[in-house]
Amino acid sequence: MDLLGFARGPALKVALAVFCLGVVWRIVGFVLLRIRRDLNKPRASALRYLGSGLLAVGTRSWPHREFIARTGPGEALGYSYHIGLFVMVLLFTPHIVFIGGLLGFTWPGLPSSFITVVSVLTLTLFLAVLFRRVTHPVIRMLSNFDDYFSWFVTMLVIVTGLAATAHLGARYETLLGLHILSFDLLLVWFPFGKLMHAFYLVPSRAINGALLARKGAVS
Amino acid sequence: MNHSAGMSTANLAPAEARTPQARVAGAMRGFAQEIGALSAFRLESCIHCGICADACHFYIATEDPQYTPIWKVEPFKQAYKRESSPFAPLFRLFGFKHEVTADKLAEWQHLLFDSCNMCGRCSLICPMGIDVAALIEQSRHAMFEAGLAPKELYHKASHQQNTGQPEASAEPYRDQLLAIGSRFSVEIPLDKPQAEIMLCVPRTDIEHYPGAVAALARVVKHLGVSATFRSDGLVAENYGYYAGGKEWQRDISLRLIEQAIACGAKTLLVPECGHAYTALRWEAADLYGKPLPFDVRHVTEFLADELHAGRLKLKSAITGKTTFHDPCQLVRKGGVNDAPRALMRAMGIELDELANHGGFSFCCGGGGGVLDIERAAPLRYRAMENKLREIDDTGAATFLTTCSDCRRTFDDAKVHFSWDKKPHSLLELVADNLSPTGT
Repeated sequence: MDLLGFARGPALKVALAVFCLGVVWRIVGFVLLRIRRDLNKPRASALRYLGSGLLAVGTRSWPHREFIARTGPGEALGYSYHIGLFVMVLLFTPHIVFIGGLLGFTWPGLPSSFITVVSVLTLTLFLAVLFRRVTHPVIRMLSNFDDYFSWFVTMLVIVTGLAATAHLGARYETLLGLHILSFDLLLVWFPFGKLMHAFYLVPSRAINGALLARKGAVS
Repeated sequence: MNHSAGMSTANLAPAEARTPQARVAGAMRGFAQEIGALSAFRLESCIHCGICADACHFYIATEDPQYTPIWKVEPFKQAYKRESSPFAPLFRLFGFKHEVTADKLAEWQHLLFDSCNMCGRCSLICPMGIDVAALIEQSRHAMFEAGLAPKELYHKASHQQNTGQPEASAEPYRDQLLAIGSRFSVEIPLDKPQAEIMLCVPRTDIEHYPGAVAALARVVKHLGVSATFRSDGLVAENYGYYAGGKEWQRDISLRLIEQAIACGAKTLLVPECGHAYTALRWEAADLYGKPLPFDVRHVTEFLADELHAGRLKLKSAITGKTTFHDPCQLVRKGGVNDAPRALMRAMGIELDELANHGGFSFCCGGGGGVLDIERAAPLRYRAMENKLREIDDTGAATFLTTCSDCRRTFDDAKVHFSWDKKPHSLLELVADNLSPTGT
């Protein structure tokens, strides 16, 4: 079996299994902790504060006016590379074919040249993110192995993907094999580190929004 | 920091001396009692973006990264990952998270108590929606169990739990309350066996702002409602909440709850005291173990309802250009946003709002017990400069608020900075402008 066959065969199967089991365990592991009932009388009806919670998923996507002057540049950087990742992962035709093979359906993609430009821009933003992480006193202090390794595995997928697309440095099949292997690595790491925020984002915002709305407070 | 440095600089009550092992065990016990699915989810969700720093007045004033709100719970985040998280065995196996030491806990005392007002502004900025302030409150509980509550808060909480008063006084508060009634020529309803509304009072008002106590009695009399103070449940403040002593917080709340039940009150009226509102409105039932058999309302909520019902009529107040400080515990953490503004509108006051107001208001800097911690004063003054600047920038001649601890913090700043503003009580302004006709 060659590298490509290994990467998209047994390695991918193992990686997907680790990813699925790991994600489920990571969520079940804390959901099974006790959930206390709030006995204090709510200010709003359950329907209203649950609705406010769902609304907070959207409203928290944009910083409040009071904060934007301080947080705007950092949030713009964060949003930019997430949009880049979204475009690269979900709108590149070979990815659509690959994911479609797993899901059983496909959707239209964008031209390869456009995706290449987005990838290079995203790569640049990723380097800027790393620079910010090591130079910003607050972010540097908060950072640990998880932050740097999550950055590394994501970056590796982008770099190998660009190399494969540009046929840089080796045979296409080898480069593609390395790209898929790096993706396998990302899948394996995903449940153990901060990449899990992809699953946490919506419920976390919704819960906090609902709890604040329960008190009638701004969220 | 070496092993002994954290402990040697900690601000401890002598009664809380214990071995490092006992401190860690206490903290972990307190932490384990707190950790449920919700707090675990909050700890899981942090992406280390550091944005919460930009909401915190301590960080904004100093640009010192240690004041980043989520960093203030770092020992407990570390303990959660290592001891309770779904992959805890892996964290221990690979040594990603070390055991929390007593020295580290002691080092964090300054961050969890001196430099956090539990104001909750950080909870509004987190892009993941984490309620960082809730995590800090839980961490304070663990610190208390480790014997690491600052001595000022510990002593006051202990005294209040034992006697009902946070500090000894030459005259019992009950007698001081009656004396205030005589001084201001207002009837103080005390120890009525039955009443619709049970009143309580901030000891800050008894000691520093007796006019606010008289104002409460005057509005109650003016409205003709059946109300009473109760000698055995007089003090609104809850130093157990500040110190992180959950059992003490419960015992202190129980004094009020039991008295309210004893007099058949339908409402427990919280006076101008922000954290008393949080402790009674949003935490007391959980500590009591069942829903409270009465409503808990802030005095401004009660008065705004009376206003809307047409039972309270107010005259126009001559205040000139006026601004208002929203107490964090009432507004951001309590949801009492509209009531104070409705009262001011009814008195013809057009507010010049602060740059950050309502739920986004900056804390006065004294909340969360910080005003009581002597060692915290220099940092507190730095952290409140921005707030004072915002107030100055409105050009307001009158500056109102509705929390006696906020008032005391601003009055302290007035002396410290030779500041030319004086905080006034909204309740006192209402009491001064009561009108049977509404003209």
